[in-house]
Amino acid sequence: MLKWLLAIVLAATLSPGVALAQAPLPVPALSGRVIDQTATLDATQRQVLEAKLAGFEQTKGTQIVVLMVPTTAPEDIASYAFRVASTWKIGRKEVGDGVLLIVAKDDRKMRIEVAKALEGAVPDLAASRIIDNEMKPRFRNNDFAGGIGAATDQLIARINGEALPEVERSADKGLGGLLGDSDIDWAELGIFLFFGVIVVGRVLRSMLGNKLGPLVVGVGAGVIAMVVTASVVLAVVAGFLALLFTLFSGAIALPSLGGGRGGGGGGFGGGFGGGFGGGSSGGGGFSSGGGGDFGGGGASGDW
Amino acid sequence: MMKRWLALIAMAVSLTALTGCGYNDFQKLDEASKSSWSEVLNQYQRRADLVPNIVASVKGEANFEQDTLTKVIEARSKATSIQVTPETLNNPEAFNKFQQAQGELSGALSRLMVVAERYPTLQANQAFRDLRVTLEGTENRITVARNNYIKTVQEYNVLSRSFPTNVTAKIFGYPPKQTFSVQNEAEISKPPTVDFEKK
Repeated sequence: MLKWLLAIVLAATLSPGVALAQAPLPVPALSGRVIDQTATLDATQRQVLEAKLAGFEQTKGTQIVVLMVPTTAPEDIASYAFRVASTWKIGRKEVGDGVLLIVAKDDRKMRIEVAKALEGAVPDLAASRIIDNEMKPRFRNNDFAGGIGAATDQLIARINGEALPEVERSADKGLGGLLGDSDIDWAELGIFLFFGVIVVGRVLRSMLGNKLGPLVVGVGAGVIAMVVTASVVLAVVAGFLALLFTLFSGAIALPSLGGGRGGGGGGFGGGFGGGFGGGSSGGGGFSSGGGGDFGGGGASGDW
Repeated sequence: MMKRWLALIAMAVSLTALTGCGYNDFQKLDEASKSSWSEVLNQYQRRADLVPNIVASVKGEANFEQDTLTKVIEARSKATSIQVTPETLNNPEAFNKFQQAQGELSGALSRLMVVAERYPTLQANQAFRDLRVTLEGTENRITVARNNYIKTVQEYNVLSRSFPTNVTAKIFGYPPKQTFSVQNEAEISKPPTVDFEKK
């Protein structure tokens, strides 16, 4: 609730200034590894580039994205690149290794935006050299595909020399992968669920009885956790805890209600039932790892 | 039976009220603004460390405009002489002084870089070109760090001023923090644009 109020206050204070200034260029949707809004690259060139970047992500894990726009006006290329990069957050979740190569064709400017995790592998000077030595001469000859290709080759070579964490295979994805996006206030969610389970558990126990009540609460908590966190593991844990709690809460907190001590087998049923309800995550295609943290590193250039 | 219910509900309500008073949010945002402030200082320090190298490489150039050079050296020593403590954030005067000194250094440096454009031997010097790229990257990082700081402090200040969390702020002592103002900078110098790649 407070967050909403805060957001409204922020929006209200900011909106006059935004209205006065020239509207900045919107951040395009992250539709692929190579996004060409200038129709400069032909289909084969794009596919070759995409395949190279996809292959690199498979072997090393690092995400490199190429974006070509006509112009970045009214911003300069550095602030636009930073805005795009920090919106997309390209780079693996825990590693944050992402690189954005951006070309503003009509401005005749380019920039390599490097996430903090890769500032050691691609320092500003290295990015500047790549721009000066690989991209600039080729761009002057209108060889955009060649320039971008050579620049990505150089980036890949540099990043390959850096010891980054291994690529996680989807089979042995740990808890971290299953926990999903952590853009959630865990403490408040926990408190909410805790009290929700106590209160609702009481009601349902008295309405549905000692066995069915806890089961329903367990499934319910699992489903809520699933919806809020989009994580199967958390949903199962929440559902199971809720079920146990409701089952035994009578015995612990209010002895007068009498204690249902049975029904342990029902516990797993409730928990898993809630957990696997909606567990479908999108597969295939390219999406940002969401871990890239950009701090303004990289270099710009023109041709 | 009914009483127990009421007690439970009261407990739930009071606990929600406790999280609603914003004490934990103050802890979180206070710490966030402190760390983003450290990042600002960190990047300013990085720039200050860079200045001697730039000055040294420019000095190698015969008959370089002495006036521009001394201004950079003076601005740097002034900026680094200001002691910044965590209390600076709550002290408008000290904060303004710090901001002014850094702004002066920004202005002096950007003038130096503009003047350097006129010296072809300097332009051909690889070491100087590298320093220019490093300075450009540092200025970008300063911008990002300052923006981050402004954002976190804004969030913190909204919490510190608005009801009902302002009561918590009063009781536990979380006054609004100072933040960077653009107008103040504009008096000192034009915003430093470190885009030296134009030939």
